Amino acid sequence: MKKGYFGEFGGCFVPELLIPPLQEVEKAMDNILPFSKFQAELKDLLNNYAGRPTPVTFCPTLSKELGFNLWLKREDLLHTGAHKMNNALGQALLARYMGKKRLIAETGAGQHGVATAAAAARLGLECVIYMGAEDVERQASNVLRMELLGATVHTVDSGSRTLKDAINETLRVWITNQETTHYCFGTAAGPHPFPTLVKKFQAVISQEAKEQMLTQTGHLPDLVVACVGGGSNAIGAFANFLEDESVKLLGVEAAGTGEPGCFNSAPLNLGSPGVLHGSYSMLLQNLDGQIEPSHSISAGLDYPGVGPEHSYLQKTGRVKYSLVKDQNVVAAFMRLSKTEGILPALESSHALAWVFDHQSEIKPGSTVLVNLSGRGDKDMGIIESVLHGQGGVAHA
Amino acid sequence: MHRLEMKIRAANEASRVALIPFLTAGFPSQATFWPTLLDLDRSGADIIEIGIPFSDPVADGPVVEAASRQALSEGIRLENILKELQSTRSVIQSELVLMGYYNPFLQYGLERLAKDAEEAGVAGIIVPDLPYDEASPMKSKLKAHDIALIPLVGPNTSVERMRLYANDAEGYCYVVSVMGVTGARTSLPPEVGATLARAKQVFNVPLALGFGLTNPAQLADLDADAKPNACVFGSALLQHLSNGGQAHDFIARWL
Repeated sequence: MKKGYFGEFGGCFVPELLIPPLQEVEKAMDNILPFSKFQAELKDLLNNYAGRPTPVTFCPTLSKELGFNLWLKREDLLHTGAHKMNNALGQALLARYMGKKRLIAETGAGQHGVATAAAAARLGLECVIYMGAEDVERQASNVLRMELLGATVHTVDSGSRTLKDAINETLRVWITNQETTHYCFGTAAGPHPFPTLVKKFQAVISQEAKEQMLTQTGHLPDLVVACVGGGSNAIGAFANFLEDESVKLLGVEAAGTGEPGCFNSAPLNLGSPGVLHGSYSMLLQNLDGQIEPSHSISAGLDYPGVGPEHSYLQKTGRVKYSLVKDQNVVAAFMRLSKTEGILPALESSHALAWVFDHQSEIKPGSTVLVNLSGRGDKDMGIIESVLHGQGGVAHA
Repeated sequence: MHRLEMKIRAANEASRVALIPFLTAGFPSQATFWPTLLDLDRSGADIIEIGIPFSDPVADGPVVEAASRQALSEGIRLENILKELQSTRSVIQSELVLMGYYNPFLQYGLERLAKDAEEAGVAGIIVPDLPYDEASPMKSKLKAHDIALIPLVGPNTSVERMRLYANDAEGYCYVVSVMGVTGARTSLPPEVGATLARAKQVFNVPLALGFGLTNPAQLADLDADAKPNACVFGSALLQHLSNGGQAHDFIARWL
C-alpha cells in the first residue's frame, strides 16, 4: 500500500509549503513515539493526569429491557469530558519532544479545543484555538473554558463559519508558523500522517476495552458500536478488534433531521469520494466537487468529511456504517440518563440510539460494547431547547 | 519548448519580466469577467491564470477566498468556464492557465478535464493542494493533451524536493514568495532572494514569482541571479478591480 494510504483512501493533498512540517510530524511519529521514555511519560499523563484507564460499565436495567448485555466504555469519565484528551496529550507531548513551543488546533463543539488547551497548559506550551464563528456562538461555555485554561480563541469568520472552516484557517496559519508550532489535529482525518497518528493515540480505548471485557465477561464482545464524525473515537474503539473476526464493528453517522435531502453529517452513507483537508475519503459534496454544508444536533459530528481509514473499512466490509436521526439521538440521551444515571454526549448518543433502534437485529444474550466517547454536560443548552420545543432539534 | 515557457522567454528577450495576472472566474461579476479578461490580454498580459472557485481554498487569503465564494454563489462552474473559453479563446493572445484546487478537477474527471481544457486552449493547470507525491495521475493525463501541470515551490522547499519537481517540469515553476497564503503585501520577505536563487539552480523552466506582489518596486532589491522570469499578481489585482479600477491601469504599472 502507498505510504499514507488505506487502500485507495488517504494521501497528503496539501500545499507544498505544508509538506516539510507534515514530514517532520511523520518522522516524530516513527522515531519518537515508539521510544520507551516517550511512552512512559505519556502513560503517566494518561493515568495520573487524565484518569485512565477508564472503566467499562455494565448497564443492568437496559440489558434487561433489551435482552442482550450492554456495556459502555467510559471515555466520558476522562479529564475534560471526552476521548479527545487521549490525542491532545499525545500530540502535545510529541510537540514538546519535537522542540515546538506552541500548539494550534481547530475545534468544532469545543471538546478538542478544551482538551488541547488543557494539555498545552499542563505541558507548558502556548495554545491558540481556531473556532468557527457559528460554533463560538453556540458553544460559548467551551470558549470560556479554553480561555480559562490559558488558550487564545480565534474566531473564524470565513466560509460556513463552522468546523471545516476552522480547519482551513488552522492549516493556513500553520504554513506561516510551522517552525515554532505544531498543529494538534483533532480527529483521525486530514493529511498523512494525522489519520495514523491520531489512531495511535486513540487506540488505547480498544486496547483497554478488550482486556477489560475479557477479564469481566470472559470473552470478546459480539458487537462494538461507536459514533463517527471525523472518526477518532470510532477508530480508537475499533483498532484492537479489527483482527478479531468474531467481533462485529459498527460506526454510526449523524443523519441530521432525517427528511430526504436534509443537511446531515453522514458522508459514508450519503456522500461520495473526494479530496478535502488533505485526504481522499468519503465526502458531502455536489457534482462539481464543492463541499456541502453539514448538519447534526451534535456539533462534534458536524463535519462533511470522514477519516480515510473509515472509508477503507467500509469498502472492505470489515466495518458497517449506519446513521441515526437527531430525534432518535435525543430519545437515546434521555433513556440512558434515566435508566443508568449517565448523561451521554449527543455524539455518543448516536451510537446508543442505533443500538436501541436495532434491538431486534441483535442476538438475545449477546454482548454489545458502546463507546461512550464523551459526557453530555456540554449539551445542556441544546437539550434544554429541545425540551422546551424551541426547534433545537432542527437547528441546534 | 512548451508554449508557456516560450511566452515567458519571449518577454525576457524583450528585456522585461513576463506578466501573469490571476483573475478568479466570474470576477468582478459574471457580466464583467470576460471583458476584464480581454482587457488584461490586450493591455500586456503574457499569461492569464483563471481561478477556478472552490468552497475550501486552504492556500488562499481572504481576498481570493471572498472572490471564490462570490463566484460560487453566482453559479460559476468549471464546465461553463471551459465551454465559454472554447468560443472566446481565438481572440485571446495570452496563454491561459487554470488555477484551482484538486477536488473540483477530480470530480470533473481528469481525463475529461484534459480533453476539454485542450479544446478550450488551456496551456497549463496549477493545483495548489497537489504536491509532487500525489500529482502523477493528473500529470500524466494532462501531458497526453500537451497541458503542463505547473509546480509550486516555496521558501521551505529543499533542493532535493525542488529536484523532484524539476525533473519533468514544463511551462514554468511557480515560486511562492512567502511562508503564507495568497494576499497582497507591501514588501517581500528577505528570504525570497535565496528561494529564487535556489530554484534557479535546480529548474530549467522559467520561474514565476507569486503571492504578495503588488508593484514592480518589490523586485528592485533582488540580486541579478535571483530575478524571476515572470510575476504573478492576484489579490492586488482583485482588490484593484473591487475598488472599481480598470485591469489595464493595473497592468500599466508593470510595463
